[in-house]
Amino acid sequence: MLQQLKMEEKPCSAALSVQPSRGLVDEKFVVLVQNTVPSCPLTIHASHQCEDGHSWHAFAHYTSDASGVVNVSEDCSVGGTYSGVEAMGLLWSLKPVPGSKPGLRMRKKNVQAPMVITISVYKGHLTEGFGDQVPLAGTEVERWYMAPGVRRIAVTEDGLTATLFLPSGPGPFPGLLDLWGGGGQLVEYRAALLASHGIAAMALDYLTCKYTMETGKMVEQDYFEAAYTFLQKHPKVLSSRIAMLGFSLGTSVTLKTAVYSEVMKLRCALCISGSHVQPLDGFLKETLGYFNENSGKTCFTEDNEAIWRNLLLPIPTDLSLKVDMKEMMERAGNSHLLTLLSYPNAGHLIEPPYTPHARSSLFRDVKSRQMLMALWGGQTLEHSRAQEDAWRKLLVFLRKNLYGGVKSTSPLSNL
Amino acid sequence: MSLRSPPPILSVRPSRALVDEPFEVLVENLPPGGPVTVRSLHRSEDGDDWEAYGHYVSDHSGKVSVSEDLSFGGTFSGKQPMALLWSMRPVPGSRSGLRLRKLKVTTPMLVNISVYRGHNDFRDQTPLASAITERWYMAPGVHRVDIREEEVQGTLFIPPGPGPFPGVVDIWGGWGGLLEYRSALLASRGFASLTVEYLKPGELQTDLEFSSFEAAFNILKDHPKVLSDRVGVLGSSAGSIVTLYLAAESTAVQPRCVVCISNANCYPHESGLSGIQHLLAKKFDKIRLDENNHEIWRGIGLALLDDAPYKVDMGKIRSPVLLVNGLDDQNWPVLETADRMAQVVGAAGKAHLLYRLDYPNTGHQIEPPFSPHFRATNLAIDGTKDKAILLWGGETKAHSEAQEDSWKKILSFLRQHLYCSPKAKI
Repeated sequence: MLQQLKMEEKPCSAALSVQPSRGLVDEKFVVLVQNTVPSCPLTIHASHQCEDGHSWHAFAHYTSDASGVVNVSEDCSVGGTYSGVEAMGLLWSLKPVPGSKPGLRMRKKNVQAPMVITISVYKGHLTEGFGDQVPLAGTEVERWYMAPGVRRIAVTEDGLTATLFLPSGPGPFPGLLDLWGGGGQLVEYRAALLASHGIAAMALDYLTCKYTMETGKMVEQDYFEAAYTFLQKHPKVLSSRIAMLGFSLGTSVTLKTAVYSEVMKLRCALCISGSHVQPLDGFLKETLGYFNENSGKTCFTEDNEAIWRNLLLPIPTDLSLKVDMKEMMERAGNSHLLTLLSYPNAGHLIEPPYTPHARSSLFRDVKSRQMLMALWGGQTLEHSRAQEDAWRKLLVFLRKNLYGGVKSTSPLSNL
Repeated sequence: MSLRSPPPILSVRPSRALVDEPFEVLVENLPPGGPVTVRSLHRSEDGDDWEAYGHYVSDHSGKVSVSEDLSFGGTFSGKQPMALLWSMRPVPGSRSGLRLRKLKVTTPMLVNISVYRGHNDFRDQTPLASAITERWYMAPGVHRVDIREEEVQGTLFIPPGPGPFPGVVDIWGGWGGLLEYRSALLASRGFASLTVEYLKPGELQTDLEFSSFEAAFNILKDHPKVLSDRVGVLGSSAGSIVTLYLAAESTAVQPRCVVCISNANCYPHESGLSGIQHLLAKKFDKIRLDENNHEIWRGIGLALLDDAPYKVDMGKIRSPVLLVNGLDDQNWPVLETADRMAQVVGAAGKAHLLYRLDYPNTGHQIEPPFSPHFRATNLAIDGTKDKAILLWGGETKAHSEAQEDSWKKILSFLRQHLYCSPKAKI
């Protein structure tokens, strides 16, 4: 009878699991390999085909322990696209596969479908030829920008080009205007993710919106006021709890609004990778004009990548023209309102966590329609850490200021 | 609620999960020390509304954690992280004798979790906050394949990855029709699984013979993504008869291991289950009624223990067998059956092949974890259009604990025997 239970000579079937298999883009996962040969060199590989059809991959080298297990959250990678103990390295170290077009950047356009990543485990420490070998095991992981129940609503009234994301539930919810930078377009993913955290967030296209595309003119302040008013009047939005989040050029709009707007009363403002240096008169057209005037300060690397950081430098030292934000506020006595997060070795594109770092990428100038390779900067490891830390702190800041009581007595919850 | 006070926030983590995975429900920003009700609501594929709810009191920081706090009453009480699922029942005013089962496994079960002010009359209010959570039977990358062969109809679920994988033939019992959810879940846990269609939905009749199940076993075994010598069988209720036959008597196939949930061992016909409804009908005089007029069928099985025309000879088992039974099973004498089988197995010197899990206060329908427990459901009997309410048994909390525990142990048993490493984690 025992003979009938044939013991198979074949090696054990390795098992690979990722928990959770369906998560939000900013959630951590645990990648676990089990049932492999003990003390065996293994490569864990992630592959993803983005919406443009480009292939991205990441991989790391591990050695299974005495019970045939690798736990990516606890074990050390000894090489690959990341090293060390990095639970989420398989995502943030994703790179275009060799032979790809240069200057790619991963950005999700359709936020109603998840990002799908295939994770596989191979025998040995491989650095290439993944397509030629059969992995020991593989699995798929979904990463979502929208939590279940989040509603996506296209907004075209009042001349707006925007998308509103409402959290799940009866509401009403605090609101937020989400502004991206000089590349224009209607970029939805951050607003979708914020709605998954309980904020009615509206992504607003202000550079390539319908009005601008049809008339050739930049929008004025009243465009942003219309967006703010739309949120304010929305039955699912708490009119006294509206924030603005601006990235890059969007920071210029956010700061001007926070300080000077009579119509838009922001509960709080968030600025990523931006500056307060801008002409006080006028609005967008004048700010972009100011950049243009200084475009001669653009530098180029050996690889012809454009460096724009000098356009706004030097910041005037004339006390009447300005100083840096922190000093200005200290002198004005309102520096208690400022929270400053500065990340060494992080670049310009501080995105939601675990999205791959792009040190440089192709950028189309909105006005000239010219394509250039822009150098954004940042070292991948530190940049990815900065993204994780900044996002967590951003959510805590929003929770405190938008969900906090009038006296802000609620203790901060762990996010 | 005042315009100035901050809104409460309800979160479910993870928001998307497999059905056998736990979640954490957290409510924040509530007025401190206030009574609230947390409620789950689900609309089934049949259009019925199911709910569960617990009464809580927020702490000084305005928080309620369903995983950590005590419920003071509702459809469950005490510290019960997952009771918002397993204690679900049809909302007041629903039809009676309902059962919650997902037929379409390619989409998730959507559950709405809300928090209401107070402990009374919450259904009339707008909730303070709510969130939707998705519960999936299929993990990302699991592949669903229709099987439409001459002898075998069913559905095959293949795990993601290159394979090959161990396989599990999944055989249900009466009245289910083609049920895919357990196979889908097995595939999400690494087993290629084939669920066989042999009983018409809502009925307990079949023409399928044992040979067709042998054919199904071979379809799975011969599949290019399946390890041909690592195929087991999982059967429940009437399906366990077929399972035991394959384990002991079949000369055509040899499962590597088998699992029987709510075992039965008698069959009407040398070659299969056809005519089973007549075999049972012969003993209908043994049906008892409980205080609600629900039918207790275990007497039929007791009478058949000695009287059935055919019984699987358990002395001939060739591979490990796991029996999972509920001691409050009112539909079939599962304990008596298991005891008889254990005697036969022992006498044949094969006791080391038999494993048993006997769960107190647990009924007949032992489902995957967190599935709502139903003590009795409406079913058509005897091939006629008459319906009766059959009593399955079980006390909800104990039954739900048994579902959770047995699933873990079933997976661990399958991994032990179908994946080769004896140290594989649960």
